[in-house]
Amino acid sequence: MSAAEVLTVLTIFVLAVFTGFEVISKVPVVLHTPLMSGTNAIHGIVVVGGIVVLAHAEGPWLVGLGFVGVVFGAANLVGGLVVTDRMLGMFKKKPKDAPK
Amino acid sequence: MSPAVLDLVQRILFLVSIVTIIVGLKRLSSPATARSGNALAGWGLAIAVLATFVTGVPQNLGLIVLGLVVGSGLGWWGARVVQMTDMPQMVALLNGLGGGAAAAVSVAEFIAWRSGPGAGGPVHIVSILAGTVIGAVSFAGSLLAFAKLQGIGERAVILPGGRLLQAAVVVAALVTGGLAATSGGLPVFVTFVVLALALGVLMVVPIGGADMPVVISILNSCTGLAAAAAGLVLDNHALLVSGTLVGASGTLLTRLMCKAMNRSLANVLFGALGAAPAAGTAAAGAGPPKRPVRDVSVEDAAVLLANVQSVIIVPGYGLAVAQAQHVVRELADLLARRGVEVKYAIHPVAGRMPGHMNVLLAEANVPYSQLFDLEQINGDFERTDVALVIGANDVVNPAARHDKASPIYGMPILDADKARHVVLMKRSLNPGFAGIDNELYYDPKTTMLFGDAKQVLGRLVEELKSEA
Repeated sequence: MSAAEVLTVLTIFVLAVFTGFEVISKVPVVLHTPLMSGTNAIHGIVVVGGIVVLAHAEGPWLVGLGFVGVVFGAANLVGGLVVTDRMLGMFKKKPKDAPK
Repeated sequence: MSPAVLDLVQRILFLVSIVTIIVGLKRLSSPATARSGNALAGWGLAIAVLATFVTGVPQNLGLIVLGLVVGSGLGWWGARVVQMTDMPQMVALLNGLGGGAAAAVSVAEFIAWRSGPGAGGPVHIVSILAGTVIGAVSFAGSLLAFAKLQGIGERAVILPGGRLLQAAVVVAALVTGGLAATSGGLPVFVTFVVLALALGVLMVVPIGGADMPVVISILNSCTGLAAAAAGLVLDNHALLVSGTLVGASGTLLTRLMCKAMNRSLANVLFGALGAAPAAGTAAAGAGPPKRPVRDVSVEDAAVLLANVQSVIIVPGYGLAVAQAQHVVRELADLLARRGVEVKYAIHPVAGRMPGHMNVLLAEANVPYSQLFDLEQINGDFERTDVALVIGANDVVNPAARHDKASPIYGMPILDADKARHVVLMKRSLNPGFAGIDNELYYDPKTTMLFGDAKQVLGRLVEELKSEA
């Protein structure tokens, strides 16, 4: 990576950090558990990394590692989304009689 | 289309994916839009996965599809069958898988990098090592957290010289990491991976009970960062941005949780290793002479509850562990039918994770209008006949208000002690996770109901039914 490329990546990183803080800064306690589980699902995007590794893999070690990456990442992604949806589904009857 | 165009299309799709995920996350943090936010984030993630295939049919396509099907199937199945009370360990397990995936990707990239050390410059190899170490820590730590929450070794284990050992492992990992980066040697890299796994274990071993969610939240942001590091290595912006988002929001969430418990992050992570809780254990141990407590039979408690005007139920960790949320609901309904006004007081850190109690009570179909949080209900306790405390301890300990020496001093608590009677349901007189005695037990207006929350509540329900 050239110095300019490193700086571009660093810029993206810093902006993403601020976005991450900003986006959830006002979350009520009720949503802490679902939010933890929801962000948990989002880092399942690492499955994309597993796919890229497998797509270029030569030899049993790289194929094995890539496969592990895809299976684990996909389980993380789908499991996280479904669990979060189940939790949030339980709150759905709320709107009219909410205390706030 | 030419490869250059396809590459461009892929990058645009990744951008679309990033925006979708950010908007999803934003909606996820507000009650009215949370569920649609989760779905939106799911679409964003799906776009990112599909975009990976835009640049052409990859090698090992069969394996990729097989991996996606197997992984998604397992994740979907696990998430469908898990009990709501077991949610914390489910999140820990899924997080461990994510960490393992990030570590596997980084290890694979190291092996690829070895064939030409120096390729990609220093940022490349540093990202590979960072992804490996953070991913491995998250993997090992999360799996241990899962095992602990599942009941395999629930206690916090305090290793002699644990902090020293941790420091030694960190130093050794830095050294082997440096050697791996300069030499590209495989044995030294494998040592580095093993050290990282050991670090994850050492981080979680001394932590137990109610501190576990904080650790899971930390490990959650770790996995995010490991994914971001993998994104750097693979020059994939969707991975970089999403991983960083999780890393940042996870860190903020961890801070919010610590604040609700009035604990510093350092205290959670290192408290059990150092001498910090010594004062607490001394107070709980041989310190003060045991004062008498009044215990009450289930029959008497039933009579008391049936003949008052108002009851506030304070559910805690013990209720979650005993999975007693449904029978609490039953009890509350019986009381309500007798004209007793029933409310629930939810402490921000009640349950096994912050907000977990709301999920559990919602699962038991407790009307949302009966749930009150700390600020809303604290004024009501003095006008209430009975505070029924179920498996909660530190969150109703009055010492948090006035005892400056107490480790939980300053933590916001529910003022259960201000009610006319306090009925405290508890397994034993053992102190809660903070290891401190609770003066509420010895309050003259407190009566204790010993036993497993679910069993005792079940007997209370029977008693009330037979009386009617």
